[in-house]
Amino acid sequence: MRERRPRVLTGEHFMNGDIAAAEGALAAGCTFFGGYPITPATEVAERMAERLPEVGGVYIQMEDELASMNAILGASWAGAKSMSSTSGPGFSLMMENFGLGVMLETPCVLVNVQRGGPSTGLPTLTGQADMMQARWGSHGDYEIIALCPASPQDCFDLTVTAFNLSEKYRVPVLLMSDEVSGHMMERVVIPPEDEIEVIDRKKFTGPREEYLPYKADDDLVPPMVAAGDGYRIHTTGLTHDERGYPAMSAEAHDVLVRRLCNKILHNIDDIAILEEHYLDDAEVVVVSYGISARISYRAVELAREAGIKCGMLRLVTVWPFPEQRIREIAGNINAFVVPEINLGQVVLEVERCAGGKAETHLVGNAGGHVILPTEILEAVKSAASGARQEVREPAYAD
Amino acid sequence: MDLWRRPLDADKVDVPRGQVFIVADRCKGCGFCTDFCPTDILEMSEEFNVKGYHYPAVVEGAECVNCKLCELLCPEFSIYSLDIVELARARELPVAEVRA
Amino acid sequence: MPTELAVPEEVYPDHPMSGMLREDRFPHIWCPGCGLGTTLSGFVAGLKEAKVDPDKTCVVSGIGCAGRVAGYLAIDSFHTTHGRALPFATGLKLARPELTVTVFSGDGDLTAIGGNHFIHAARRNIDMTVICSNNFIYGMTGGQGGPTTPTSAHSTTTPYGCFEHPFSLPHLAAASGASYVARWTSLHVRRLSKAIAEAIAKPGFSFVEIISPCPTVYLRRNKLGDGLAMMNYFKEKSVISHGADPADVGISFGSEIKVGKFVDIDRAPHHVLMQEQLADILPPDAESTDVPEDEVIAQV
Repeated sequence: MRERRPRVLTGEHFMNGDIAAAEGALAAGCTFFGGYPITPATEVAERMAERLPEVGGVYIQMEDELASMNAILGASWAGAKSMSSTSGPGFSLMMENFGLGVMLETPCVLVNVQRGGPSTGLPTLTGQADMMQARWGSHGDYEIIALCPASPQDCFDLTVTAFNLSEKYRVPVLLMSDEVSGHMMERVVIPPEDEIEVIDRKKFTGPREEYLPYKADDDLVPPMVAAGDGYRIHTTGLTHDERGYPAMSAEAHDVLVRRLCNKILHNIDDIAILEEHYLDDAEVVVVSYGISARISYRAVELAREAGIKCGMLRLVTVWPFPEQRIREIAGNINAFVVPEINLGQVVLEVERCAGGKAETHLVGNAGGHVILPTEILEAVKSAASGARQEVREPAYAD
Repeated sequence: MDLWRRPLDADKVDVPRGQVFIVADRCKGCGFCTDFCPTDILEMSEEFNVKGYHYPAVVEGAECVNCKLCELLCPEFSIYSLDIVELARARELPVAEVRA
Repeated sequence: MPTELAVPEEVYPDHPMSGMLREDRFPHIWCPGCGLGTTLSGFVAGLKEAKVDPDKTCVVSGIGCAGRVAGYLAIDSFHTTHGRALPFATGLKLARPELTVTVFSGDGDLTAIGGNHFIHAARRNIDMTVICSNNFIYGMTGGQGGPTTPTSAHSTTTPYGCFEHPFSLPHLAAASGASYVARWTSLHVRRLSKAIAEAIAKPGFSFVEIISPCPTVYLRRNKLGDGLAMMNYFKEKSVISHGADPADVGISFGSEIKVGKFVDIDRAPHHVLMQEQLADILPPDAESTDVPEDEVIAQV
């Protein structure tokens, strides 16, 4: 007989980011995984297949990513904390029903271990080119939460955070990892179970006649129930009223869609995680996320050593985008430098929010390899000297 | 219902009797109930409901046997029958007063 | 003349099925003569006959006229996206095996866009009951052809007559591994409610196809009369064929309709297989007491 390992593998481990994400999910209380193999995310699924039975959970490999997304929504509605993992091509397939998750206000976590795209692209090499898709991938107006890990330890920690945010705000949360963070093996420290904060969804416990499935509290989040709890709820992907019944009018649609968006935007101070360094005297600020942020730290140190007043803003949370913070910083500096493994995505948000008060420089590539610290340093030097750059220029340069 | 002879146990069997209820405004005039009623006690009335459909009515003097086929077949949940003995008991009325 | 009551109308007794219906949403959206109302009626009767606890019963539907059934049932109901009712229902069932999970949707939703999920849910023998209302057409969007549209039938996307060969749904379900396969028409409302009750009671993937009239688009475009005319066609052309080979029950335009119970086999459902395997390879969880297999697997 195999040994039954505990849910929280407290201790020091040497593991890759995908496996750390799986362990983070278990530590957060995940008990359902429905997924499909795809490089470089497959290890998340494989680890969950092995570990979920040990903790009394359910692993099912669904027939495709469309099924996976729906299975995790169904499991969440049965009361379980659920998750799936994928990469670019699967992410695209999941988009319609990701929107269903947003509309039904279903807590769940989706890990995207990004790779080179578009289409089949570079399955085994890194990329960060799904960032705009994370925000706009499904149709319609909506807001979601996306966190970006930069190491296997982050993959553990931020998956726990992702579950907590998804439960608190009843919204699907993305862990936008990448092939380098996912496949890199590093030391991961898993704390004791009682030191890990776990948040559960607000549940309604009153009498059935008083329950309105989509009547929100002051935080704009409605309390939830599970199928089989006796509340006889109806939910639909159609625009609905507080009873959950279809409400086919522009007025009802406005009320619902605005609340779904404001649920995230009005709570941005609670949701957004930023790391700031050397901003007090900075003239050039590197804004970065994910594995590019990890590399940016090195570049910023090099810049400082070279005498440049360079600061660092790491976006642990890319969506909702911290517009306000960027606007504030823009007023005090000369330029932003945005390294990302794509031809310009999050940089567009930075430029938009800078509002012309600071220049915006992209350090990007089409995917397949990380940005080097020296490349970022060159861009910082160039920005510090006052050079201008068309943000998307590298896309069209030879 | 046409029988070719009187059943031998006719004295012993209590034929159920039903009271038909018609929620006129739900009806969409499909005709399933009037066509398939095994005892042919329903016909489309001359009246219109709020939507402009003719709805069914019990033929004058006809007796429903509470088979509930109309209730099951009706797509609109607008016709159903209840056993008059049970109805009377629930209303604390004599059975005879329950029927029209 | 409408029936006069000896008691005032305020005490008009409720429809016997009121408790299971969201009457606050009536009148429903279906056309006069549509088979969905009757099928819903049979479904409610089937649920009652199966003696399920309504608090622990769910229905999941997709998109289309049949998908609207979920909105009228007063149980936990989920109106999901096109073709994806089955995986959603799979998630519900596996995360909480004590639930009685039913899926009610249409022929296009379940076997066109949902085709892949259909064959896999049947293959896995997920313990659920799938009711497919087959009207041979995509009704809600105005009458396009679908995978069950009979050869030669007209639809808005087969304006010269359908030249494709349709699915035989019982055949598809049986070949994919369903443990229970039955077909009735919406005329056979008592038999279909009995089939649904049997299907619900049976562990594993149960499939009940219900042939249903779509007067507004399918019947009208193919000059087949109104809903009542189609019901009479069912009466005339249905042939009860219990135990028939699912490969032999295809329907063509104007043909007889073989109805009955075609498949009823015993095969362990997915969640039982999973639990049995784990019981063999993992020691009992030291922290928990004996958890019966029907209990919640995982819940927040």
